[in-house]
Amino acid sequence: MAGIIHKLSAARLNRLFLGGELSAVEITESVLSRIAEVEPAVGAFLTVTAEHALDRARKLDARRKAGDTEFGPLAGVPIALKDNICTCGIETNCASRMLKGWVPPYDATVVERLRASGAIIIGKTNMDEFAMGSSGETSAFHVTRNPWDLDRIPGGSSSGSAAAVAAEEVPVALGTDTGGSIRQPAALTGVVGMKPTYGYVSRYGVVAFASSLDQVGPIGHDVEDVARVFQVIAGPDRRDSTNAGRTPPEVKFGGEPSLKGVRLGIPREYFGSGIEDGVKARIEEAIRQLEDLGAAVEECSLPTTEYALSAYYIIAPAEASANLARFDGVRYGHRTAQANGLHDMYSKTRAEGFGPEVKRRIMIGTYALSSGYYDAYYKKAQQVRTLVLQEFQRAFERFDALVTPTTPVTAWRLGEKLDDPLSMYLADICTIPVNLAGLPAVSVPCGFADGLPVGLQLIGKHFADTQLLQIAWAYQKVTKHHEARPNLAPKGGRQA
Amino acid sequence: MSERWETVIGLEVHVELSTETKVWCSCKNEFGAEPNTNVCPVCLALPGSLPVLNAQALEYAIRAGLALNCKIQRYSKFDRKNYFYADLPAGYQISQYDLPLCYDGYVDITKKDGTTRRIRIKRIHLENDAGKLLHAGDDVTAADYSLVDFNRAGVPLIEIVTEPDIRSAEEAGLFLQKLRSIIKYSGVSDVKMEEGSMRCDVNISVRPAGSSEFGVRSELKNVNSFSAVVRAIEYERKRHIAILEEGGQVEQETRSWRDAQGISVLLRSKEDAEDYRYFPEPDLPPVVISDADIERVRAALPELPDAVMARLMNDYGLSAYDASIIASEREFAQWFLQAVELAGGGQAKTIANWQINELNRVMNEKGLGPEQIPVTPEQLVGMLQLIDKGTITGKIAKTVFEKMVETGKDAETIVKEEGLTQVADEGELLAIAREVVAANPKVFEDWKAGKQSAAQWFVGQIMKRTRGRANPQLALKLVTQALEEQAAKE
Repeated sequence: MAGIIHKLSAARLNRLFLGGELSAVEITESVLSRIAEVEPAVGAFLTVTAEHALDRARKLDARRKAGDTEFGPLAGVPIALKDNICTCGIETNCASRMLKGWVPPYDATVVERLRASGAIIIGKTNMDEFAMGSSGETSAFHVTRNPWDLDRIPGGSSSGSAAAVAAEEVPVALGTDTGGSIRQPAALTGVVGMKPTYGYVSRYGVVAFASSLDQVGPIGHDVEDVARVFQVIAGPDRRDSTNAGRTPPEVKFGGEPSLKGVRLGIPREYFGSGIEDGVKARIEEAIRQLEDLGAAVEECSLPTTEYALSAYYIIAPAEASANLARFDGVRYGHRTAQANGLHDMYSKTRAEGFGPEVKRRIMIGTYALSSGYYDAYYKKAQQVRTLVLQEFQRAFERFDALVTPTTPVTAWRLGEKLDDPLSMYLADICTIPVNLAGLPAVSVPCGFADGLPVGLQLIGKHFADTQLLQIAWAYQKVTKHHEARPNLAPKGGRQA
Repeated sequence: MSERWETVIGLEVHVELSTETKVWCSCKNEFGAEPNTNVCPVCLALPGSLPVLNAQALEYAIRAGLALNCKIQRYSKFDRKNYFYADLPAGYQISQYDLPLCYDGYVDITKKDGTTRRIRIKRIHLENDAGKLLHAGDDVTAADYSLVDFNRAGVPLIEIVTEPDIRSAEEAGLFLQKLRSIIKYSGVSDVKMEEGSMRCDVNISVRPAGSSEFGVRSELKNVNSFSAVVRAIEYERKRHIAILEEGGQVEQETRSWRDAQGISVLLRSKEDAEDYRYFPEPDLPPVVISDADIERVRAALPELPDAVMARLMNDYGLSAYDASIIASEREFAQWFLQAVELAGGGQAKTIANWQINELNRVMNEKGLGPEQIPVTPEQLVGMLQLIDKGTITGKIAKTVFEKMVETGKDAETIVKEEGLTQVADEGELLAIAREVVAANPKVFEDWKAGKQSAAQWFVGQIMKRTRGRANPQLALKLVTQALEEQAAKE
């Protein structure tokens, strides 16, 4: 089994660990060796915590040998974390020079929950700097490559988490999703990614990009694993005042997949001019398969969708401009070597510490909040946000879930859109409205277009996350697209 | 000149709430701890940390609002006020912009002449304090480096903003005293200016007397004591008037008060005013306050200075001004009421006089706080009884009082030990009277010539000889007798 351990699902690994068939150390070593093998090609990680992980694994094994049976649902399961999630004692730098070398003195709530469930933290994954980007390329350190085509981007901003799962370096990973940053890279790398309802998962210890939009979520090979991790990380947390204090109902998968009685809406605005033919074909195919499963499918219209992107690119940068003000060189992170006074220290520190995309968004946000512009931009954007939410709520009077492409395009070539921010922003057009409305959504693989993965997005009602996962599971069960794996040559070199 | 001008003043007062813990985290809220010991990821604004509203801070802010006759916002929210400074860890302060917790209140002040003025409170909002900078040098410009202590970062503050209803430095001083007194009674802060738990910014403008339009205002920062507020207003008022009388125009600007030099200096002009880019705090949900919440807080409010003052005036006949002084501290009022209970209501006015003129003076001189009253009500009443019985004179009583303060002994003990009993022995006093009359023929001649004050002068001499212990009426009678005897002799 040793050669394929890294291919196994979280559910399977947990079962094998609990049954004593695989030790946590064996699992961890297998995963570490896979990482060593493919990381030079993929570049999914910023930090691999081999010693920490082996230490945890040894302790888990010792507990199990001592007869302990009180293990959580992720016991023995290796997991990778996006590097904007604080890990006590493990560097967390958000792929920014600004935080290079910063070691948090505390764990994010989701990390506490993962540790308590027996998960083994394998490392911290690469990302767009401070989660700002849609390709992973704004990382200050290195790019992450799409395991399906190493010349292409894996999507972003949770680029490393999606690529690490797709490349079978870890069975599951955590990402964060502010405008699509879990779902979009999941779609582009052919894995399952979930953005929970805003307020289901604590944000405490997650380095904020846009506080009213950010949500942590799981990435995995299949819906069961994603659900398993979601169940662990979701739940009440008093340290996050925007947490809803709700525990998701237990979700069980099994039996004959059926969507009888499920009403699905197809919002036509998500199939607009920017969509690639190949993507459109896969999504239409998926819709037919959902119908075959018994779902009642009907086209609908969400006309405010076209304003969502503009509203998002006001609200998210506005919040970011304040959230990133703390990176001032006073207490932690980068501080310029030479400064003449406090203000010089601020401007040099921030000029040196932040990359161009982060600076662009801080400037947009600062401008949008400025006296005299607030009403025209921020306030108007919030009004649009309300309209987007109301429109979704009206749609959910008729539908249990909405079905759209996750992205209108497949993975593009590295560097292709780096100098064209607007075209980069458009890649998130299908995912952004969901964040504005705080809804849950999941992206599941639905096949390939020109050899590149396509993602199907299912959008659900507030706190109907588990219901959404049930629909995704039924689809996955009959299509098996999630079982496709990229062929990363064992020699680990780049493809020609 | 200045009668032609009217001064218009509004105050912004920051008060630190004395909650157990800070406003967004559970670090201890205490003054004077070792630097950077009461800190955590939240109040240091470490990446990923999030604020959680302290329920006690919310309750205290509402309590302060009710004590200041404010209305309470049923739906309130927090906003980020963005600016960079080394003592502000997040790069923004969590404050309240357009929906402050409390609004539309007032404070009534009582002036020396007994008249009252109502100063309206525009709003009270809840926010966090910043840390404290320590400059390695005389001031920030001369320092090689600065150190930051974040113990204070995240301490809850309320900012109380008045309407521009204050018309003089005296009124501003009285307002602050009264505000301090109400806040202290309500138990939400110990309002110690010397520990920085109450700080004040002053908005001031002048306009021609009788005008209803406001002049251009300046905002004075860094005004850190009650007396500094009075000095700063006097200075700034004169500065404005001087500009206007020369035909100039006052510029709208923010100025810093330098108390040691007694001047204000330009901090920034209107053009350079900071844009705080307020927007709703996405990390905190709006605050919804029910009628029941408000009534619960209101029911727990203690009796406040105005009610105590009314009681002192109605039940004991004190003047408005005297009552306002005694009511200004809960301990003063309790002390007064105990003394009156011991001595009887008829003595209320006398007790108030002793308390205001002697006790308060001594306490001010010694820098004693209201919780350190050096004489018990029993001791004062005991002394008053000695006066009544004629054991000591009113004049001696002042000496006895001071000795009570110094030694803590009872009046009776002091009188015995020091031999301060009144001399009421006619023979003894008459002998002294005869001696002083005989020894001062020139003054005796004045008296004979009809100068009435000459007799009083002889009484003074007797007092001197008896170290103030002579009964003054008796002394006058015997001086008169001695003078008439002397005149008869000639």
